[in-house]
Amino acid sequence: MSATLEQAGSRALAHFQAVRDRLPGCPDARVAAAEVFRSRGLPSRRDEAWRYTSLRDLGATSFAAPEAEVSPDAAAEWISLTRGLPRIVFVNGRLRPELSSLPAAISLGSFEVSAPKDATAAALPFVALNTMFAEDGMVITVDPDIECGPVVLLALTVGGNVDMPAVCLRHRIALRSGARLTLVEVAAGSGRYFANCVMEAEVADGAKLSHVRIQRESIDATTLSTLFVDASAGATYDSFTLALGGKLARAEVHARLAGPGATVHLNAAQLLAGSQHADVTTVVSHDAPACASRQTVKNILADRAHGVFQGKIEVARAAQKTDGYQMNQALLLSPEAEIDSKPELEIFADDVKCSHGATVGELDGDQIFYLRSRGVPERDARTLLIRAFLAESLADIEDAEARRMAEDALEGSWEKLGR
Amino acid sequence: MPVVAETLDAVQSVTQSGYKWGFETAIEMDLAPKGLNEDIIRLISSRKQEPEWLLAWRLKAYAAWCAMTEPVWAKVHHAPIDYQDLHYYAAPKQKAGPRSLDEVDPELLATYEKLGIPLRERAILAGVEGADTRPDVAVDAVFDSVSVATTFRETLRKAGVVFCPISEAVHEVPELVQRYLGSVVPAGDNFFAALNSAVFTDGSFVYIPKGVRCPMELSTYFRINARNTGQFERTLIIADEGSHVSYLEGCTAPMRDENQLHAAVVELVALDDAQIKYSTVQNWYPGDANGRGGIYNFVTKRGACRGARSKISWTQVETGSAITWKYPSCILQGDDSVGEFYSVAVTNNHQQADTGTKMIHIGRNTRSTIVSKGISAGQSNNTYRGLVRIMPKAHGARNHTQCDSLLIGDRCGAHTVPYIESRNPSGRVEHEATTSKIAEDQLFYCRQRGLSEEDAVGLIVNGFCKDVLKELPMEFAVEAQKLLSVSLEGSVG
Repeated sequence: MSATLEQAGSRALAHFQAVRDRLPGCPDARVAAAEVFRSRGLPSRRDEAWRYTSLRDLGATSFAAPEAEVSPDAAAEWISLTRGLPRIVFVNGRLRPELSSLPAAISLGSFEVSAPKDATAAALPFVALNTMFAEDGMVITVDPDIECGPVVLLALTVGGNVDMPAVCLRHRIALRSGARLTLVEVAAGSGRYFANCVMEAEVADGAKLSHVRIQRESIDATTLSTLFVDASAGATYDSFTLALGGKLARAEVHARLAGPGATVHLNAAQLLAGSQHADVTTVVSHDAPACASRQTVKNILADRAHGVFQGKIEVARAAQKTDGYQMNQALLLSPEAEIDSKPELEIFADDVKCSHGATVGELDGDQIFYLRSRGVPERDARTLLIRAFLAESLADIEDAEARRMAEDALEGSWEKLGR
Repeated sequence: MPVVAETLDAVQSVTQSGYKWGFETAIEMDLAPKGLNEDIIRLISSRKQEPEWLLAWRLKAYAAWCAMTEPVWAKVHHAPIDYQDLHYYAAPKQKAGPRSLDEVDPELLATYEKLGIPLRERAILAGVEGADTRPDVAVDAVFDSVSVATTFRETLRKAGVVFCPISEAVHEVPELVQRYLGSVVPAGDNFFAALNSAVFTDGSFVYIPKGVRCPMELSTYFRINARNTGQFERTLIIADEGSHVSYLEGCTAPMRDENQLHAAVVELVALDDAQIKYSTVQNWYPGDANGRGGIYNFVTKRGACRGARSKISWTQVETGSAITWKYPSCILQGDDSVGEFYSVAVTNNHQQADTGTKMIHIGRNTRSTIVSKGISAGQSNNTYRGLVRIMPKAHGARNHTQCDSLLIGDRCGAHTVPYIESRNPSGRVEHEATTSKIAEDQLFYCRQRGLSEEDAVGLIVNGFCKDVLKELPMEFAVEAQKLLSVSLEGSVG
């Protein structure tokens, strides 16, 4: 492990010692997590799971939480983008009830921190770090057969008096059997900070969670999110992640198909330029028979941007009749851009249909020629093709309001490609 | 339908035990004491009367190895290996080096005869063998640590081709060996390559001069015989400008309850416009049905396409070994150079295979093709692990990868771990992988036409592997098809 990471790890532990008695709730889970973190340390690129993503940027964080009091004006601009939908707003890691408005069908539970039940999940260093420091988060339950949505979860971080503060939110979502929810998660901010968010979602029998995630963090931010999903029999977890912001971003998803007939979609699109680095890491565990998982991840990489995709599909012995599909596509727009892709299959059942694919390349010369031969100038032809490459993945977002929000976010991001 | 005939034939000819190469040859052996230290390395070096530079190179590799730890990233599990509990040198006892085949121990010749490897150059009489159109194959036979015979050397020498044990090449063409040994797989490349560099005992050396098309297939046949030995052979093939060579490698070992270590290194160098085709049928003893015994096959194989328009093609059929850890790779340095990897890996019972390739695109317009077929049966685990890397200067590089896995039975595992790293926008990389089982309707179709279930599986598996088997030289293709059926015996029904 590099000295920078080692120092950052020690700083996290020292900061924990300093603040642990002031953090809400019973400290036992936090102390245990600190032990896990101490033994594990911050991962370096020698760890297979972090092979392509370096955490050097964390050398600058103090792990201290940012100022909680922020003027409402700072949040107003972002809130205006929520299109008047019901919303839950967090600013600098704290719930802001006065900015939030929840539909009656959703009950907001009280926040309490605890380690994930799953031992492997609890052993992940950033989950442990989150358990150590999380002070707030969205705890919601949707009762059986209630149909609800779309609801916006807005997490804002606006710098403050600390240099590179750290925000740890811990969300917990439970959909009871037959419930339905469309959740639009927007992460945004300004200045330099470290966001480390953990979300645990349970989707009970026959329930459906549609999860649209729009990551528009500050261009100076380091943002890591870890999501755990458990889909029971006949449940559906349908997610689309749009990654636009952050200097260093990683969206990690662990989805478990725990009951027969469950379905998981983990689609994502990344649009990166400058020296942005974004990483999509997913583990889909097929633990029950007759489940289906679908995943298409698209990357557009300009300038010196670096895109990473690590996708693993695990099929347990019991998961016969599994249908798994995984696709990673990358469009490199500059000689300095880089894509690293690792689609992985681990299969222990014989009656399965699993496939994955990956393509990497630049814009198709034939397609440009086609457009040019019809009178479209080269520059416009390229723009058209680049936009089409990403835009089609947004078409899969079922909820119209959620789709509009993603389209708006994407629309504002094309300019960074200089087109 | 010759394929069906072959498959049926093979299945019928196989006894209950399955592995017909598992006999042991009683032969007097010259064994070095167990253990690994500098003295053993000096002993090996002095037995081979090696020059000073080679001993120094070995000792450097040993020092590097001592500082390394065994890699754990592969999806294989085994009890820890005690590297001090092995003989690092084992050679059939001989008074002096044999000058002709007549002086080779008859026991040895009988062993190879039994394995179906003709070591005697056949005297072809005009008209008599007119019907026999089998092309000649030059063979280098390696028995435990030493090369016992190399055939057709004179014919080859006339063409300017050097084909001899590497221990001889060190004396005969020292400048070539010194220049190229370790230039593709450096002494400290990885744990097993470093071990091999320190203790390698023999192997084949091939040099094809400029513009020469090697007049016949070259082949090395490896046999592990002695107990408690490791086999560490080293192969170096250099194809000079505009030359062409096809090389075959085969291997077997006796059936034993203990595990034996095989850690070989193969280095290929192709200069401008040269082509090397390297084919392997790996049939080391895989262990019994309960996973006892078998060879640990931890091999480093790498080819460097140094010259423009050069081409290296790896074809492997992996049916043997308890554990296979092997990634034949291509470093595509020369502009317009081509790398190919065709692989069939079959695992049954408790076998574990973690195999694949690396294609490193450095030069412009370099192309690579990867076709990997994994078949898992019994309680085995079969992993494809591959890397395709497009470096920033590899304009116009192209890769296509196809990995297919077939599962037979519900207690085995099939895994695919590709790494794709691209740093040049004009590079195009495509990867496709599928995992499936033998479809019921395919089986039904065959059964309906009177094939037994086992024969039907054999037929379907052969079809599944067709893309790879067709890359094998004729003689190997037949053997490989038989092996496939044998390896999967007892996996259905």
